[in-house]
Amino acid sequence: MPETLNKASAGAAETPAVTPVPVAAEKPRSLWSDAWRDLRRNPVFVISAVLIVFLLVVAAFPGLFTSVDPDHADLGKHYLGVPSYSHFFQEDWFGYDVQGRSIFARVLFGARASIIVGVCVTLFVTLLGGLVGMLAGYFGGWFDSLLSRITDVFFGIPLLLGAIVVLNAFTHRTIWTVVLALGILGWTQLARVMRGSVLTVKQADYVQAAKALGAGTGRIMFRHILPNAIAPVIVVATIALGGYIAAEATLSFLGIGLPPSTVSWGNDISSGQTVIRTAPHVLFFPSAMLSLTVLAFIMLGDAVRDALDPKLR
Amino acid sequence: MGRYVARRLLQMIPVFIGTTLLIFLMVYSLPGDPVRALWGDRPADPQAMARLRHEYWFDRPVLAQYWHYLSNVVTGDFGTSFVTGRKVIDVMAETFPVTVRLALVAFAVEVVVGLSLGLLAGLNRGKTWDKLVLVITLLLISIPIFVLGFIFQTIFADQLGWVTPTVQNSDDISQLILPGVVLGSLSFAYIARLSRTSLAENLRADYIRTAIAKGLPRRRVVGVHLMRNSLIPVVTFLGTDLGALMGGAIVTEGIFNVHGIGNTLYRSINQSDNATVVGIVTILVIVYLLSSLLVDLLYAALDPRIRYA
Repeated sequence: MPETLNKASAGAAETPAVTPVPVAAEKPRSLWSDAWRDLRRNPVFVISAVLIVFLLVVAAFPGLFTSVDPDHADLGKHYLGVPSYSHFFQEDWFGYDVQGRSIFARVLFGARASIIVGVCVTLFVTLLGGLVGMLAGYFGGWFDSLLSRITDVFFGIPLLLGAIVVLNAFTHRTIWTVVLALGILGWTQLARVMRGSVLTVKQADYVQAAKALGAGTGRIMFRHILPNAIAPVIVVATIALGGYIAAEATLSFLGIGLPPSTVSWGNDISSGQTVIRTAPHVLFFPSAMLSLTVLAFIMLGDAVRDALDPKLR
Repeated sequence: MGRYVARRLLQMIPVFIGTTLLIFLMVYSLPGDPVRALWGDRPADPQAMARLRHEYWFDRPVLAQYWHYLSNVVTGDFGTSFVTGRKVIDVMAETFPVTVRLALVAFAVEVVVGLSLGLLAGLNRGKTWDKLVLVITLLLISIPIFVLGFIFQTIFADQLGWVTPTVQNSDDISQLILPGVVLGSLSFAYIARLSRTSLAENLRADYIRTAIAKGLPRRRVVGVHLMRNSLIPVVTFLGTDLGALMGGAIVTEGIFNVHGIGNTLYRSINQSDNATVVGIVTILVIVYLLSSLLVDLLYAALDPRIRYA
């Protein structure tokens, strides 16, 4: 690699005066503005975006929708109280759970844990996987082999299985240990996508041109390659976000994810499981919210993919 | 071909060592002293503790323990569980066939249902069937596997009474059908979507037009020319899916009370039964590595342009 760089800078030294390219009168639309135009017209995107904005608002300010405390329990009055479907936005709309807590309030307050885990794990894996993939794809050679083998090692451990083992190492579990466990096992997929994408873009003429003009490694990587290689990564990351939310709920359901004191859909599904025959509504509402959230993110990912990669249409 | 397989097998060795080492380190950093735990609340005998520690290699550095373990594994000795006192290989011999059967049921469901739905949607692109398949698969992908397990349990066992809610005899394959369907449901949704996209894309290819123009019957065009070329992404997915199936087995086997490796693994992790955990995960890694090799070899069978020297 240094060889090519030297050659490139030598070439640049021979032709010090670079003729400025005349700016085209009408700037062609970039991939991103084109994708944005497509997205706005896609009903799937609009529906999922509205859903996600709603979920984000609920996660940030659950108090806007209910004044009921999700931890307030009244066994005497409300033990497994059935839903009153006509009482919109009221405490007993979705009924009560085994401890006499309002399921409506718990479903709203439970959004926060799922959204935080989903978003944070996705950020974590995108940054780590993207960095590893970028370095492996750009530098190639033995460095690529090394990073790729490390990726293979982590890829060989199924996500759920590895997360259970990692989480077992923590006696004190919080939302961040779950993020960490899913993050250190989940980055491999994005690293592979990023590496493949960088390998293709690296060959492009504009990258060679930037090298010939004497641009530094950092500049080539982040100004020239990254914006052109990131699209598939964003697509995979968006779809994966829904999967991480489901994984968190699964871990909490197994009793190994979030601590039982945290209000979360996974924990509520786990406790609702015991009364599934007598009071299915305890299980139903958190499950429905969880599925709806995963659905929204997968639909968003689908729409983004259609917009960014017209070939797949 | 032979050289390619040999090279791939050699490349597997560092990955195998790395993955098992990683699991080994993670498992052995788990809190709790398994030797001390044997005595429970009673005062421990320091001499007996030291003897046990020495016997089970706990008093040596973790890398030495790992090396000792790995050299035993090569000879087929997976050690003895410290918690249950049983040989790990016996535990695995008992539970693995159950999970393999469960995974085979799931696999069959995936391939048959997934591909049929994919064909239905891909050949009728943009029509009602296509949209229906897309909506159904999207819903299946969104519903977490444990929620789906409860839904199926309620519908097919409690309401319809077709099956018992939990598996009574894990050796009876007919009882594994419902858990198998649940386990495979997420993947068959993916397969349906993957094959739909791939079929719809290849349907526009020149060789399909040529085949139709030659007057070949539709069955042959679709069954041979189209399918063979469209299956590559599906085969890739099926290969990597084996690992996911094994991971999903932890949840599915728990819900339906199947006595397979998922159940054993979960119990062993909770009991800090390190030898059993590492043993099962080691086998899972081998299964994963071999299935990814198989996938690469299948490429050549499916796409005549790919040849391994």
